[in-house]
Amino acid sequence: MELTGAEIAIRCLQEEGVEYIFGYPGGAVLHIYDALFQQDKVKHILVRHEQAAVHAADGYARSSENVGVALVTSGPGITNAVTGIATAYMDSIPMVIISGQVPSYAIGEDAFQEVDAVGITRPCVKHNFLVKDVKDIALTIKKAFYLAKSGRPGPVLVDIPKDISNQKTAYAYPASVNIRSYNPVGKGDSAQIKRAVQMLLEAKRPMVYAGGGVVLAGASAQLTEFVRLLGAPCTNTLMGLGGYPATDKLFVGMPGMHGTYEACMAMQYCDVLIAIGARFDDRVIGNVEHFAQVPRKIIHIDIDPSSIAKRVKVDVPVVGDLKLVLGQLLGELRSSKQKPNASDMATWWKQVDEWRVKGGGLRYKNSTEIIKPQYVIEKLYEITAGDAFITSDVGQHQMWAAQYYKFNKPRRWINSGGLGTMGFGLPAAMGVQLINPGATVACVTGEGSIQMNIQELSTCKQFHLPIKVVSLNNRYLGMVRQWQEFFHGNRYSESYMDALPDFVKLAEAYGHIGIRIDKPSDVEPALKEAFARKKDLVFMDFQTDPTENVFPMVPGGKGLSEVILAEDL
Amino acid sequence: MRHIISLLMENEAGALSRVAGLFSARGYNIESLAVAPTEDPTLSRMTIVTSGSDAVIEQINKQLNKLIDVAAVMDLSEGEHLERELMLVKVRAEGAMCDEIKRVAKGFHGRVIDESNSTCTIELTDTCAKLDEFLQAIDRKLILETVRTGASGIGCGERILKL
Ligand SMILES: Cc1ncc(C[n+]2csc(CCOP(=O)(O)OP(=O)(O)O)c2C)c(N)n1
Ligand SMILES: [Mg+2]
Repeated sequence: MELTGAEIAIRCLQEEGVEYIFGYPGGAVLHIYDALFQQDKVKHILVRHEQAAVHAADGYARSSENVGVALVTSGPGITNAVTGIATAYMDSIPMVIISGQVPSYAIGEDAFQEVDAVGITRPCVKHNFLVKDVKDIALTIKKAFYLAKSGRPGPVLVDIPKDISNQKTAYAYPASVNIRSYNPVGKGDSAQIKRAVQMLLEAKRPMVYAGGGVVLAGASAQLTEFVRLLGAPCTNTLMGLGGYPATDKLFVGMPGMHGTYEACMAMQYCDVLIAIGARFDDRVIGNVEHFAQVPRKIIHIDIDPSSIAKRVKVDVPVVGDLKLVLGQLLGELRSSKQKPNASDMATWWKQVDEWRVKGGGLRYKNSTEIIKPQYVIEKLYEITAGDAFITSDVGQHQMWAAQYYKFNKPRRWINSGGLGTMGFGLPAAMGVQLINPGATVACVTGEGSIQMNIQELSTCKQFHLPIKVVSLNNRYLGMVRQWQEFFHGNRYSESYMDALPDFVKLAEAYGHIGIRIDKPSDVEPALKEAFARKKDLVFMDFQTDPTENVFPMVPGGKGLSEVILAEDL
Repeated sequence: MRHIISLLMENEAGALSRVAGLFSARGYNIESLAVAPTEDPTLSRMTIVTSGSDAVIEQINKQLNKLIDVAAVMDLSEGEHLERELMLVKVRAEGAMCDEIKRVAKGFHGRVIDESNSTCTIELTDTCAKLDEFLQAIDRKLILETVRTGASGIGCGERILKL
């Protein structure tokens, strides 16, 4: 049977089991939208800005094990999508973006809405394709899905010129795909696994440092078992939260710039550090030289060899799929006659517990006068029984959410860790809600971030997405203000958010419910009321303390043990 | 340290820009880059001359391998290898000067491939260092154009980069 390129593209999505795609139409994708119209398997969510389409597809992927799909037109469609693509790329999120392109015969002529999509996205995709022949569409889309989800996942762009989407050819979806230049890894090298386990068993102060890779690999159960068998302290990075249960006693909190004192100190002073799907990011270990001053052995497990030994020297590198490698480590650990030395471990835990006391835990001075942002997150955690999907934007509110919401399950904490994209939270929540219908989904945001994609309140209305927006409105680009307070002599250059809209009215204008909360005593009732409304989107505008800062803090360029604790409380 | 890296990649539009883009995006040095299709027209062979610390070179190799279009990477500098570069040099050459240039070129196993009343074009193939030497050996003021391909490299004996 002969089909048009556009029909083939949609058929391919059906074959891949895609239930929802997020997009925005335009000239170059008209044929694809026409094909979409004439079927009902793939449902389309019309966003209000292409950046949001990509973030929604991203949230969809992060909160499930699916590949997110976005569809955008040429020119401004794809340039608007770039921020979303780069966000997904930095956090290794499996995603396929289909973009329309001007007709192939017009490429290079500065045609209307022409932009070099492949060129503009090249540095922020795992791979991209320009389809030049209608016969290639099916195989290209098959490859795109395969690349997006295998190995280290990432976004893959397929750019389809308008004439190609209108030409006809015989259709058959390839049953399998083989890319000779691409061979994702599986198990880890068994000799290296043995060395790693030996090193861990001989350690006096072992420490597990697990990142977003664990979540992406679906390896939380294996990680949890491994940590418990080892009995070592475990930290999860911002991207890895939920990878190990946060309420477990072996968990020492998040490390890094706004991590706990005990996680920072244990990272710094352990003698064997096993990094699992984490990449020694500058926001995690701070100053590399400072980190290297303390001798410790490092075991690093990652699916991407280029993540290993990129920033720090590694003693035992293991390349492999984390789920398989953790399985191997568990097997080796179980069959080993040697056990971790009980007295060494007791001494190590005594030290870690001392740090816990010295750090004083995550703390803030609550008030009956003014709403403390941390208090809102604590109450959010209680009221949602710790079981909600929490998306976040970027800023102080993001750090408070990461610190005070205890994630016990993976894929529940959805944030832009790598690129730090303000405007991510609300559209990401749309994707989360669609793939998890009936689940409680909250977007923790700030009055700055929410305005970067606030137009999506309209999409939420159209598709009945009962997201709960928890806006910590401090009237400041708070994270910027905090840095200006600490490092720029209190000169608050352009960080005050003047002329803010009335968010309650704004929510109402979009057809939702808005609540403004001014008093600490109203925080809990407002949250209760909002979360009781299972069918409605509720926008909660919490007027929080504008001067509150995020602690602990390892200032940029400093070492992990140079962490600043909360001011005297 | 200077490294010479050889790779095989899919002979597809844009593959070259992925490699070039990688070097600029990550701030790696690139001294020269030579590329052309192999006997198998679906594959291109590229030789890159770069420099950096051991850690940087390790990253370059890993990052190149990570590119989907790149099928195989070999750091030729890690073992015995040969490298050759082709250079075309056009010089101002009249009368006696012409003979002098030809004499020097001959010493470098160069060939004259074009001659006019006032110019002479020489072709040389050798290591990059040897070509540099040649340019030092002739009067700089006489050089009108130099065209160099950048190094091409190959492993010695059984060191073979093939799919
Ligand atoms: C798109 C984008 N632009 C700029 C920044 C830099 N930035 C990081 S945090 C921040 C302030 C965010 O303000 P708000 O959303 O109100 O959150 P708060 O820090 O006040 O909680 C800014 C501007 C960014 N991360 N993303
Ligand atoms: Mg703010």
